[in-house]
Amino acid sequence: MKILVNGAWRSTGAPDLAAALLELGYGESVVATALNGEFVPVGSRNDARLAEGDRLEILAPMQGG
Amino acid sequence: MLQVYGTELRSRLLLGTSRYPSPAVLTQAVKASHAQVVTVSLRRESSGERAGQGFWSIIRELGVRVLPNTAGCHSVKEAVTTAQMAREVFGTPWIKLEVIGEDDTLQPDVFGLVEAARILAAEGFQVFPYTTEDLVVADRLLDAGCRVLMPWGAPIGSGRGLNNLFGLKALRAHFPDVPLVIDAGIGVPSHAAQAMELGFDAVLINTAVAQAADPVRMAAAFAQAIEAGTEARRAGPMEPRDLAEPSTPVIGTAFLK
Repeated sequence: MKILVNGAWRSTGAPDLAAALLELGYGESVVATALNGEFVPVGSRNDARLAEGDRLEILAPMQGG
Repeated sequence: MLQVYGTELRSRLLLGTSRYPSPAVLTQAVKASHAQVVTVSLRRESSGERAGQGFWSIIRELGVRVLPNTAGCHSVKEAVTTAQMAREVFGTPWIKLEVIGEDDTLQPDVFGLVEAARILAAEGFQVFPYTTEDLVVADRLLDAGCRVLMPWGAPIGSGRGLNNLFGLKALRAHFPDVPLVIDAGIGVPSHAAQAMELGFDAVLINTAVAQAADPVRMAAAFAQAIEAGTEARRAGPMEPRDLAEPSTPVIGTAFLK
Protein backbone atom coordinates (compact mmCIF):
# COMPACT_ATOMS: atom_id res chain seq x y z
CA MET A 1 0.00 0.00 0.00
CA LYS A 2 1.01 3.61 -0.34
CA ILE A 3 1.23 6.01 2.58
CA LEU A 4 2.31 9.63 2.80
CA VAL A 5 5.50 9.89 4.90
CA ASN A 6 6.50 13.45 5.75
CA GLY A 7 4.69 14.63 2.64
CA ALA A 8 6.14 12.05 0.20
CA TRP A 9 4.37 8.92 -1.06
CA ARG A 10 6.08 5.69 0.00
CA SER A 11 5.22 2.06 -0.62
CA THR A 12 5.19 -0.11 2.46
CA GLY A 13 4.17 -3.58 3.51
CA ALA A 14 4.34 -2.74 7.21
CA PRO A 15 1.12 -3.57 9.07
CA ASP A 16 1.61 -1.02 11.85
CA LEU A 17 3.50 2.16 12.70
CA ALA A 18 6.30 0.45 14.65
CA ALA A 19 7.04 -1.84 11.69
CA ALA A 20 6.90 1.07 9.24
CA LEU A 21 9.52 3.01 11.24
CA LEU A 22 11.88 0.05 11.10
CA GLU A 23 11.26 -0.48 7.40
CA LEU A 24 11.84 3.22 6.67
CA GLY A 25 15.17 3.17 8.52
CA TYR A 26 14.28 5.08 11.69
CA GLY A 27 15.20 2.16 13.92
CA GLU A 28 17.38 3.89 16.52
CA SER A 29 16.40 7.49 15.87
CA VAL A 30 14.78 9.71 18.47
CA VAL A 31 11.57 10.66 16.69
CA ALA A 32 7.97 11.45 17.51
CA THR A 33 5.16 10.25 15.30
CA ALA A 34 1.71 11.39 14.28
CA LEU A 35 -0.72 9.39 12.16
CA ASN A 36 -3.37 11.33 10.24
CA GLY A 37 -2.76 14.35 12.45
CA GLU A 38 -2.99 12.51 15.77
CA PHE A 39 0.01 11.98 18.04
CA VAL A 40 0.99 8.33 18.46
CA PRO A 41 3.15 7.76 21.56
CA VAL A 42 6.05 5.28 21.41
CA GLY A 43 4.09 2.72 23.42
CA SER A 44 1.16 2.76 21.01
CA ARG A 45 3.08 2.36 17.74
CA ASN A 46 2.52 -1.41 17.67
CA ASP A 47 -1.23 -0.88 17.90
CA ALA A 48 -1.39 1.84 15.23
CA ARG A 49 -2.53 -0.10 12.13
CA LEU A 50 -1.68 1.40 8.77
CA ALA A 51 -4.09 1.76 5.87
CA GLU A 52 -3.83 2.91 2.28
CA GLY A 53 -3.44 6.70 2.04
CA ASP A 54 -2.50 7.23 5.70
CA ARG A 55 -0.53 10.38 6.50
CA LEU A 56 2.48 9.72 8.70
CA GLU A 57 4.58 12.49 10.21
CA ILE A 58 7.99 11.63 11.65
CA LEU A 59 9.57 14.51 13.54
CA ALA A 60 13.00 14.87 15.11
CA PRO A 61 14.73 17.47 17.31
CA MET A 62 15.70 20.58 15.39
CA GLN A 63 17.04 24.07 16.08
CA GLY A 64 14.38 26.46 17.29
CA GLY A 65 13.86 29.97 18.57
CA MET B 1 16.52 33.94 41.47
CA LEU B 2 13.90 33.49 38.78
CA GLN B 3 11.34 30.76 39.45
CA VAL B 4 9.37 29.23 36.59
CA TYR B 5 7.08 26.28 37.28
CA GLY B 6 9.06 25.51 40.42
CA THR B 7 12.43 25.56 38.67
CA GLU B 8 14.96 28.12 39.87
CA LEU B 9 17.06 29.80 37.23
CA ARG B 10 20.11 31.94 37.91
CA SER B 11 20.38 33.17 34.34
CA ARG B 12 17.67 35.46 33.04
CA LEU B 13 18.63 34.86 29.45
CA LEU B 14 16.85 32.16 27.48
CA LEU B 15 18.60 31.44 24.21
CA GLY B 16 17.29 30.16 20.90
CA THR B 17 19.33 27.57 19.00
CA SER B 18 18.39 28.50 15.45
CA ARG B 19 20.25 30.28 12.63
CA TYR B 20 23.83 29.98 13.95
CA PRO B 21 26.63 29.73 11.39
CA SER B 22 27.65 26.29 12.69
CA PRO B 23 26.96 23.83 15.53
CA ALA B 24 30.33 24.75 17.06
CA VAL B 25 29.38 28.43 17.22
CA LEU B 26 26.00 27.51 18.72
CA THR B 27 27.76 25.52 21.47
CA GLN B 28 30.16 28.35 22.24
CA ALA B 29 27.40 30.96 22.21
CA VAL B 30 25.29 28.97 24.69
CA LYS B 31 28.31 28.73 27.00
CA ALA B 32 29.17 32.43 26.64
CA SER B 33 25.56 33.44 27.35
CA HIS B 34 25.42 31.40 30.60
CA ALA B 35 21.86 30.54 29.56
CA GLN B 36 20.36 27.62 31.48
CA VAL B 37 17.44 27.24 29.11
CA VAL B 38 17.56 26.92 25.32
CA THR B 39 14.65 26.68 22.93
CA VAL B 40 14.37 23.78 20.49
CA SER B 41 11.90 22.59 17.91
CA LEU B 42 10.67 19.57 15.95
CA ARG B 43 10.86 19.16 12.22
CA ARG B 44 10.39 16.43 9.66
CA GLU B 45 13.42 14.21 9.33
CA SER B 46 14.16 11.75 6.56
CA SER B 47 15.72 8.51 7.77
CA GLY B 48 18.93 9.12 5.84
CA GLU B 49 19.93 12.58 7.04
CA ARG B 50 19.85 12.21 10.85
CA ALA B 51 20.51 15.94 11.27
CA GLY B 52 18.11 16.09 14.17
CA GLN B 53 19.88 13.27 16.01
CA GLY B 54 23.19 15.14 15.77
CA PHE B 55 21.61 18.37 16.96
CA TRP B 56 19.98 16.66 19.92
CA SER B 57 23.26 15.13 21.08
CA ILE B 58 24.92 18.58 20.94
CA ILE B 59 22.18 20.05 23.14
CA ARG B 60 22.31 17.16 25.60
CA GLU B 61 26.05 17.61 26.00
CA LEU B 62 25.51 21.26 26.97
CA GLY B 63 23.59 20.15 30.06
CA VAL B 64 20.97 22.90 29.75
CA ARG B 65 17.20 22.69 30.10
CA VAL B 66 15.26 22.66 26.87
CA LEU B 67 12.11 24.60 26.11
CA PRO B 68 10.54 23.05 22.99
CA ASN B 69 8.42 25.34 20.85
CA THR B 70 5.44 24.88 18.58
CA ALA B 71 6.86 27.25 15.94
CA GLY B 72 5.09 27.20 12.60
CA CYS B 73 1.76 26.07 14.03
CA HIS B 74 -1.23 28.07 12.80
CA SER B 75 -4.04 26.15 14.50
CA VAL B 76 -4.89 24.86 17.95
CA LYS B 77 -4.85 21.27 16.68
CA GLU B 78 -1.37 21.58 15.15
CA ALA B 79 0.02 23.27 18.26
CA VAL B 80 -1.45 20.69 20.66
CA THR B 81 -0.22 17.74 18.57
CA THR B 82 3.24 19.29 18.21
CA ALA B 83 3.40 19.86 21.96
CA GLN B 84 2.48 16.23 22.62
CA MET B 85 5.21 15.07 20.23
CA ALA B 86 7.75 17.46 21.77
CA ARG B 87 7.03 16.23 25.30
CA GLU B 88 7.85 12.68 24.27
CA VAL B 89 11.02 13.50 22.32
CA PHE B 90 12.50 16.06 24.72
CA GLY B 91 11.21 14.53 27.96
CA THR B 92 9.95 17.79 29.44
CA PRO B 93 6.48 19.14 30.28
CA TRP B 94 7.68 22.62 29.29
CA ILE B 95 6.29 23.97 26.04
CA LYS B 96 6.78 27.36 24.41
CA LEU B 97 3.34 27.67 22.89
CA GLU B 98 3.15 29.54 19.61
CA VAL B 99 -0.03 29.74 17.58
CA ILE B 100 0.72 32.06 14.69
CA GLY B 101 -2.13 34.19 13.41
CA GLU B 102 -0.52 36.37 10.76
CA ASP B 103 2.42 35.53 8.53
CA ASP B 104 4.00 38.96 7.91
CA THR B 105 4.35 39.85 11.57
CA LEU B 106 4.19 36.31 13.04
CA GLN B 107 1.73 37.85 15.45
CA PRO B 108 0.20 35.27 17.78
CA ASP B 109 -3.40 34.19 17.25
CA VAL B 110 -4.32 34.98 20.83
CA PHE B 111 -7.72 33.29 20.59
CA GLY B 112 -6.16 30.02 19.48
CA LEU B 113 -3.38 30.52 21.99
CA VAL B 114 -5.76 30.66 24.95
CA GLU B 115 -7.65 27.60 23.69
CA ALA B 116 -4.47 25.57 23.14
CA ALA B 117 -3.04 26.67 26.51
CA ARG B 118 -6.17 25.43 28.28
CA ILE B 119 -5.99 22.03 26.57
CA LEU B 120 -2.27 21.60 27.23
CA ALA B 121 -2.42 22.76 30.87
CA ALA B 122 -5.17 20.19 31.46
CA GLU B 123 -2.87 17.53 29.97
CA GLY B 124 -0.16 18.43 32.48
CA PHE B 125 1.99 20.68 30.30
CA GLN B 126 3.75 23.70 31.78
CA VAL B 127 2.94 26.28 29.17
CA PHE B 128 5.07 29.29 28.21
CA PRO B 129 2.71 31.17 25.86
CA TYR B 130 4.14 33.50 23.22
CA THR B 131 1.65 36.34 23.44
CA THR B 132 1.20 40.08 22.97
CA GLU B 133 1.15 42.71 25.72
CA ASP B 134 -2.69 42.61 25.79
CA LEU B 135 -3.86 42.59 29.42
CA VAL B 136 -7.11 40.75 28.80
CA VAL B 137 -5.36 37.98 26.86
CA ALA B 138 -2.79 37.75 29.66
CA ASP B 139 -5.58 37.32 32.17
CA ARG B 140 -7.22 34.59 30.07
CA LEU B 141 -3.89 32.76 29.71
CA LEU B 142 -3.42 32.77 33.48
CA ASP B 143 -6.98 31.52 33.86
CA ALA B 144 -6.17 28.76 31.36
CA GLY B 145 -3.39 27.55 33.66
CA CYS B 146 -0.28 29.40 32.44
CA ARG B 147 2.08 30.45 35.22
CA VAL B 148 4.53 32.28 32.96
CA LEU B 149 3.78 34.73 30.16
CA MET B 150 6.00 35.58 27.22
CA PRO B 151 4.95 38.87 25.65
CA TRP B 152 6.63 39.96 22.44
CA GLY B 153 8.86 43.00 22.31
CA ALA B 154 8.51 43.26 18.52
CA PRO B 155 7.85 40.77 15.70
CA ILE B 156 10.06 37.65 15.74
CA GLY B 157 13.43 38.27 14.13
CA SER B 158 12.80 41.99 13.59
CA GLY B 159 15.33 43.26 16.14
CA ARG B 160 13.25 46.34 16.83
CA GLY B 161 13.31 46.16 20.62
CA LEU B 162 10.39 47.00 22.88
CA ASN B 163 7.81 48.42 20.47
CA ASN B 164 5.01 49.21 22.89
CA LEU B 165 6.62 50.49 26.08
CA PHE B 166 3.36 51.74 27.51
CA GLY B 167 1.63 48.39 26.98
CA LEU B 168 4.54 46.40 28.37
CA LYS B 169 4.78 48.62 31.46
CA ALA B 170 1.05 48.20 32.02
CA LEU B 171 1.41 44.43 31.74
CA ARG B 172 4.23 44.41 34.28
CA ALA B 173 2.22 46.61 36.66
CA HIS B 174 -0.93 44.49 36.30
CA PHE B 175 0.75 41.18 37.01
CA PRO B 176 3.52 41.95 39.52
CA ASP B 177 3.85 38.32 40.64
CA VAL B 178 3.72 36.50 37.30
CA PRO B 179 7.07 35.69 35.67
CA LEU B 180 7.13 37.72 32.45
CA VAL B 181 9.67 36.86 29.76
CA ILE B 182 10.15 39.20 26.80
CA ASP B 183 10.16 36.87 23.81
CA ALA B 184 10.95 38.08 20.32
CA GLY B 185 12.06 41.35 18.80
CA ILE B 186 15.14 42.03 20.91
CA GLY B 187 17.90 43.29 18.59
CA VAL B 188 20.76 44.58 20.72
CA PRO B 189 21.85 44.24 24.36
CA SER B 190 20.46 47.68 25.26
CA HIS B 191 16.95 46.38 24.41
CA ALA B 192 17.48 43.50 26.82
CA ALA B 193 18.82 45.81 29.53
CA GLN B 194 15.77 48.02 29.06
CA ALA B 195 13.44 45.04 29.49
CA MET B 196 15.13 44.14 32.74
CA GLU B 197 15.11 47.77 33.97
CA LEU B 198 11.34 47.79 33.40
CA GLY B 199 11.06 44.83 35.73
CA PHE B 200 10.64 41.94 33.31
CA ASP B 201 11.95 38.67 34.65
CA ALA B 202 13.92 37.40 31.69
CA VAL B 203 14.40 37.74 27.95
CA LEU B 204 14.43 35.14 25.21
CA ILE B 205 16.85 35.90 22.39
CA ASN B 206 17.73 34.05 19.22
CA THR B 207 18.35 36.01 16.01
CA ALA B 208 20.14 38.91 17.73
CA VAL B 209 22.83 36.48 18.88
CA ALA B 210 22.82 33.94 16.05
CA GLN B 211 22.96 36.50 13.25
CA ALA B 212 25.54 38.81 14.85
CA ALA B 213 28.89 38.97 13.07
CA ASP B 214 30.39 37.27 16.14
CA PRO B 215 27.60 35.33 17.88
CA VAL B 216 29.78 34.17 20.78
CA ARG B 217 30.84 37.70 21.61
CA MET B 218 27.26 38.94 21.27
CA ALA B 219 26.02 36.18 23.60
CA ALA B 220 28.42 37.43 26.27
CA ALA B 221 27.36 41.04 25.62
CA PHE B 222 23.72 40.08 26.17
CA ALA B 223 24.59 38.30 29.39
CA GLN B 224 26.28 41.46 30.68
CA ALA B 225 23.39 43.72 29.61
CA ILE B 226 20.83 41.50 31.31
CA GLU B 227 22.92 41.43 34.47
CA ALA B 228 23.22 45.25 34.38
CA GLY B 229 19.50 45.75 33.74
CA THR B 230 18.58 43.35 36.57
CA GLU B 231 20.87 45.18 39.00
CA ALA B 232 19.52 48.56 37.86
CA ARG B 233 15.97 47.40 38.55
CA ARG B 234 16.97 46.33 42.06
CA ALA B 235 18.72 49.67 42.56
CA GLY B 236 15.50 51.57 41.75
CA PRO B 237 15.87 53.81 38.67
CA MET B 238 15.07 57.53 38.99
CA GLU B 239 11.84 58.90 37.54
CA PRO B 240 12.30 60.78 34.23
CA ARG B 241 11.37 64.50 34.27
CA ASP B 242 10.35 66.84 31.48
CA LEU B 243 12.52 69.77 32.57
CA ALA B 244 16.14 70.08 33.65
CA GLU B 245 17.05 70.02 37.31
CA PRO B 246 20.58 71.12 38.28
CA SER B 247 22.59 68.27 39.69
CA THR B 248 25.07 70.67 41.29
CA PRO B 249 23.60 72.39 44.39
CA VAL B 250 22.39 75.96 43.69
CA ILE B 251 22.68 77.17 47.27
CA GLY B 252 26.02 78.96 47.71
CA THR B 253 26.46 79.71 44.01
CA ALA B 254 28.90 82.64 43.67
CA PHE B 255 27.47 85.99 42.55
CA LEU B 256 29.93 87.10 39.87
CA LYS B 257 27.94 89.49 37.66
